[in-house]
Amino acid sequence: MAALSINNVYKTYANGTDVLKGIDIAIEDGQFLILVGPSGCGKSTLLNMIAGLDDISSGDIDIGGKRVNDLSPKDRDIAMVFQSYALYPSMTVRQNISFGLEIRKVAQAEIDATVNRVAEMLQITHLLDRKPGQMSGGQRQRVAMGRALARNPSIFLFDEPLSNLDAKLRVEMRTEIKLMHQRLKSTIVYVTHDQIEAMTLGDKIAVMKDGIVQQFGSPQDIYDNPANLFVASFIGSPSMNFIPATVIQTGSDIGVKICDDNGCVVLPLPHDKTKLAQFVGQEVIFGIRPEQITDARTAHREGLPVMSCHIDVIEPTGPDTLVFVSLNNTKVCCRTHPTEAKRPGQSMELVFDVSKAVLFDPKTEARIV
Amino acid sequence: MFNSAKNTAVQPDSGVARCSGSRRTPCTVSTPALRAPGSRTAQAGFVLLPNLTVGRALVYAALLLMAIYYLLPLYVMLTTSFKSLDDIRAGNMLSLPQAWQGGAWVKAWAGACTGVECNGMQGFFWNSIKMTLPAVAISTILGAVNGYVVSMWRFRGSDALFTMLLVGCFIPFQVVLLPMAQVLGMLGIANTTAGLVLVHVVYGTAFTTLFFRNFYITVPDELVKAARIDGAGFWTIFLRILLPISGPIFVVCIIWQFTQIWNDFLFGVVFASGEAQPITVALNNLVNTSTGVKEYNVDMAAAIIAALPTLFVYMVAGRYFVRGLTAGAVKG
Repeated sequence: MAALSINNVYKTYANGTDVLKGIDIAIEDGQFLILVGPSGCGKSTLLNMIAGLDDISSGDIDIGGKRVNDLSPKDRDIAMVFQSYALYPSMTVRQNISFGLEIRKVAQAEIDATVNRVAEMLQITHLLDRKPGQMSGGQRQRVAMGRALARNPSIFLFDEPLSNLDAKLRVEMRTEIKLMHQRLKSTIVYVTHDQIEAMTLGDKIAVMKDGIVQQFGSPQDIYDNPANLFVASFIGSPSMNFIPATVIQTGSDIGVKICDDNGCVVLPLPHDKTKLAQFVGQEVIFGIRPEQITDARTAHREGLPVMSCHIDVIEPTGPDTLVFVSLNNTKVCCRTHPTEAKRPGQSMELVFDVSKAVLFDPKTEARIV
Repeated sequence: MFNSAKNTAVQPDSGVARCSGSRRTPCTVSTPALRAPGSRTAQAGFVLLPNLTVGRALVYAALLLMAIYYLLPLYVMLTTSFKSLDDIRAGNMLSLPQAWQGGAWVKAWAGACTGVECNGMQGFFWNSIKMTLPAVAISTILGAVNGYVVSMWRFRGSDALFTMLLVGCFIPFQVVLLPMAQVLGMLGIANTTAGLVLVHVVYGTAFTTLFFRNFYITVPDELVKAARIDGAGFWTIFLRILLPISGPIFVVCIIWQFTQIWNDFLFGVVFASGEAQPITVALNNLVNTSTGVKEYNVDMAAAIIAALPTLFVYMVAGRYFVRGLTAGAVKG
């Protein structure tokens, strides 16, 4: 096991385009790092660079305090699980798992012991003599993980390992990966484009876009305090609501003006007054998550601003019913209790929990409050 | 009758089921699956063409015509080779021999004159074997390694190298004759079987590289990445991971190269003479050597002898040929 630090890493292709523009990430020994972002953001490239499969144009990558820039993949003490599993098609499961050990000239008795231990841990003992072509996607996924586990490396690298599985299996394997991490206390770098995987698995998340780390922090921190509009929209499902609004001062309160068909209200914001005061009279983007706009029963807190809104659409999800209303001509999603939700066309009292609301600059999309 | 009708309805599933198992094995759908369920007459073997429509009849007629067109020359060659000379002169070209005689075959193999020598085709047959086997083996192995490098190991100029190799496929035989003759002379292997092997290896490697490159390009990169992380080097990855799944493309390559090299005439006639001639050149000499009567039966037998090895290769490996050619088309 080892810590990983990535310092000011750039990746520039021969034609001059920068894929990664100064990546700085550091995690401690035993942490679970998630690289998440839309496709083309450079997360897989970064993972390949950690693995040694891609060259580093500039900057340093340290594994366990040792600079690995010039080491070949096999000398970096890493193991990787691929999206397509990349099992060797002509070999049985046993041979797949032992291949890396054989090449490293591990004694045969030790190889056998390791294969059996890993197979038992992943419950694939009955598959050991099958070939990859004779197994289901979930089984192949387990074998791919077994191959990585057998090597007992200092860092595990996962490249979207669950994206080829069906939805149910994906949730199961997600839990297993988390369980494995808790048991082995291994350092893991995990690439995904699925924000739910990112939130559920990670100790630390690096949200990436356009070759830049937009935000690096713990899942809850990123959820509650997004650094900019992109991070706020990417993390969380359903996504945060972004309502264009004007900042208005009424007496000592500063708030945002929100209107719908029934009229306008000013939602007073409990944030730092000196900061808010700079934006009085200006247009901002008011960001508020669906669960922060709800019915009175779910809110169960007194003194929050209430607004009667006209319902456009409702989407029952089971535990919650999503109510869509139109505020400042923007579609807004609210998460309410199923029995409290009204019908489309009716009006409903919605409680705004503005304590966690955030404000963004409409031009730079940066977080301002 | 009832049973057979029931079978037709069930059959489609069993036909499709054969697709599972190895992913590289193409699906074979049994013919009952193609028939409409419940067409009872289809099951009775002796009722021909139950769903005969005008369109289908035309298709069958066209197919039959094509089959006859392609099989007729072989039929004429075979029958003629077993006829006596009198029989040939007296009868119709399409008629069967009046008495089946193997004499022409013996003469073609061991006694017919090819120029001044009169030892038949046997020596030249072995010449061709000695030329074809090493040339096929070397060019196929070179092609496999080249294809592996070009598809899996990108280096500066690898695309340019591949393009140049591709161009090699389009160079006509005639263009390389003179420079090749010079090179063979300099190497001191002009007019030898070794020289011919070299010529065919040089000329064939462009094709075999293309075959293997197109096959390996369909193998996911991640396989090589995984092996590199596992610690495997260049040759280990090739020998232990890629070679074991390369069966179909090897068959394609070997059939292609065997046919090309065995059937080649131009290189054989230019770069080998006398004792080292391949069978194609000998066949030409045999047919063109006229001492008195033209022995059509011996010519025919000699021609079939010259064609037998390629026929044999097709029969043994032919069914893998189409499979391998299309292997790259569908992602395995």
